Amino acid sequence: MKRDGWTSASIGATAIVFVVSAVVGFILLPLAQPHLGLTGLWDAICSAAGVVSRPSPAVEAPQKGTTVVMTPNMLASADAQSIGRGATLAHQCAICHGPAGISRADSPTLSGQFAPAIYKQLKDFKTGARVNAVMSPFVVNLSEQDMVDISVYYAYLPRLPSPWRTQDRPAPKIVASGAPLRGIAPCGSCHGDLDHKVGSPWLGGQSAGYFRGQLRNFASADRHNDINEQMRTIARRMTPEEIDEAALYYSGEAGPIQPLPR
Amino acid sequence: MLTSRRLIIAHFWLAFGLFGLALLLGAWQMLMRSPLSGWIENPEWYYRSLTAHGTVMAYVFPTLIAMGFGYAISESALEQPLIGRRWAWAGFWLVAVGSVTAVVPVALGRASVLYTFYPPLIGNGFYYVGIVLAVVGSWIWVALMSINLRIWKRANPGKPVPLAMFANVAGSYLWAWTAVGAALELLLQIIPVAFGLVSTIDAGLARIFFSWTLHAIVYFWLFPTYIAYYTIVPRAIGGRVYSDAMSRIAFVLFLVVAMPIGIHHAFMDPEVGAGFKFVHSVFTALVALPTLLTVFTICASVEIAARLRGGRGLFGWVTALPWRNPIMLALAFSFVMLGFGGAGGLINMSYQLDTSIHNTQWITGHFHLIFGGAIVIMYFAIAYDLWPHLTGRPLASLGLMRLQLWLWFVGMIVTTFPWHWVGILGMPRRMAFFDYGDPALAPLAFSVVLSVLGGFILVLSGLLFLVVLLRGHRTAPAEAGPYRFAEALHPPVSVPAVLNGYGLWVGLMIALTVSNYGYPILQLAVRSDTAVQAVYVGGSR
Repeated sequence: MKRDGWTSASIGATAIVFVVSAVVGFILLPLAQPHLGLTGLWDAICSAAGVVSRPSPAVEAPQKGTTVVMTPNMLASADAQSIGRGATLAHQCAICHGPAGISRADSPTLSGQFAPAIYKQLKDFKTGARVNAVMSPFVVNLSEQDMVDISVYYAYLPRLPSPWRTQDRPAPKIVASGAPLRGIAPCGSCHGDLDHKVGSPWLGGQSAGYFRGQLRNFASADRHNDINEQMRTIARRMTPEEIDEAALYYSGEAGPIQPLPR
Repeated sequence: MLTSRRLIIAHFWLAFGLFGLALLLGAWQMLMRSPLSGWIENPEWYYRSLTAHGTVMAYVFPTLIAMGFGYAISESALEQPLIGRRWAWAGFWLVAVGSVTAVVPVALGRASVLYTFYPPLIGNGFYYVGIVLAVVGSWIWVALMSINLRIWKRANPGKPVPLAMFANVAGSYLWAWTAVGAALELLLQIIPVAFGLVSTIDAGLARIFFSWTLHAIVYFWLFPTYIAYYTIVPRAIGGRVYSDAMSRIAFVLFLVVAMPIGIHHAFMDPEVGAGFKFVHSVFTALVALPTLLTVFTICASVEIAARLRGGRGLFGWVTALPWRNPIMLALAFSFVMLGFGGAGGLINMSYQLDTSIHNTQWITGHFHLIFGGAIVIMYFAIAYDLWPHLTGRPLASLGLMRLQLWLWFVGMIVTTFPWHWVGILGMPRRMAFFDYGDPALAPLAFSVVLSVLGGFILVLSGLLFLVVLLRGHRTAPAEAGPYRFAEALHPPVSVPAVLNGYGLWVGLMIALTVSNYGYPILQLAVRSDTAVQAVYVGGSR
């Protein structure tokens, strides 16, 4: 065979395979599926090519969600001036969150918390994505810079040692391994100890009461500022026992795990 | 005429050294998620290990083998010293430095994103930079193979390019083009996000770019194995290549049909239209063509050897084959695993059947059987065949080599057959632990334990392989003579120009890439509403 014979035969065979498979894939198969409701040839081709001709209307979220976009280097470095300003601004927080950011009530402990996590909550309170009768009024007058300063100040303070880990006991299953059959990732894979994902708060040292309350709020969707609904999904599937185990693990409040009376 | 022995040995040792480490990680992973071990308390370790195992086994190991073997082919098949040896060393060091750059963030737990990247998961930027460096190093090899062939052609106008070199350069072109998909994904999408320049990523587009690389890369891994089938096996067992022309057709067919098929990895992805999935499915089926051509040609070549050795009868000649020759043994094992793996692949490439095994352990079983089994066992054979020519010392222990190949074959079957089975039962892949106490999962436990035993057999075989090679450096020197490749039954006097060059085939490869990938990529690239928030892994504890 001459060179031309090879070339035209190869190109011809390839083209035939392509055209036949395209006709079957883009015309015959779509038209053979009445449930697609196709109106004609062009409609079939567009449908098979994946053209979005009739975009489904965006689903309106039932509640206002967060608007914060988390990035890896967000608030990664802070200058001393910002931290100092944050320390001054934080006086108004001390009544609930403790003078050194260590809460003695059921409000969250903030010392050593990741700055992006604090910033995100402040911003969500400000936009109304998260609502709390006590907290919401405090953020109304905070500027963008104020929220940054407060966040980096608390992140600058030393973090409490994870209470449970110092007691040298194995973490509960829900914290270390999650519940794979229910699609629950380990708490520790986002909230520290195993791994940390940007935007997730460090949970060590939080009070058990606050912890339980937030998980309940997520489960009932009273709290709805988690970016991809991941905490609402997880909290809904957690058993009350698992919530207690995780709460006691992170708070280090009780000794051996005993389900609290309900 | 091997003059760049140090260069070639460096490639092989780096490849096999990393292979040994990654093999241990693989066995550890299997143990950790089996009923033989308790739940792993920190699943992040599992994904860290999985990322390292996949990165080494899929990117670094086969690329180094293809490069080292490619240099050996260029020198011995063309009978000219390698041109651009300094560049070759530069390529080697780029791969080595790239591998270290990639593996350090993985070891630190900053890039546990698995070797398939999985955006919107984003790891440390240096992981991706390391992979880009390694790919750039391999592109130097591509350029050198092309240049060496061109210079030879100029000195030998009109002569047929030796089959081994013809296939080698075809493999390098396939790699050059298929790596472009992942390179685009890394450079345009992932690296800007990893270094914090942007915070959102079009994960669907990234998956399509990756599928561009992900399937044809398998044929790049396969090329050294096929070159060994055609040009090492017949010579090693005293036979002839049945048909030189058919061999060339098989290799150029891989260039054409390896590329436009990758979307069969994305059958479950909503961002690709069903029509394109169908077309990719059809072209995937066409891969059977060069594979079946190869099976036919090699069986015929082997039969020639058997009949030359006095084999008789319709099938009686099989007993006349030199079964105690490790290369013969490796070929037989490779074919058996290729057969089973290929049969499983028919399920994967079918749009409908794939739904039942998509993302299950079946897939893990499939590609371990094809790559870890059929392909890698021939890498062993290549090393065994080439080693005496590289070291100037014979490999003494044929028995040890046979034992090693047997163990690898048995180990791979025992590992992957149970994986296929639990995949049909629905066991997902890439999970750090399973609750075998749950009634829904308890039936998997026995098969999973079996596969762990297979994994241990593979580790044993891998260690034995390294021992054989190491001992090969210590035997008494004995010149092995020039390194030669199998001759064809009818040595080619002249071949059609299209089968002596690549223009037509590379043209078809690019044209089919445009026709089968152009629209899905463009559609997502121009739409503005397809990006999602990146999820960064690893960080402060």
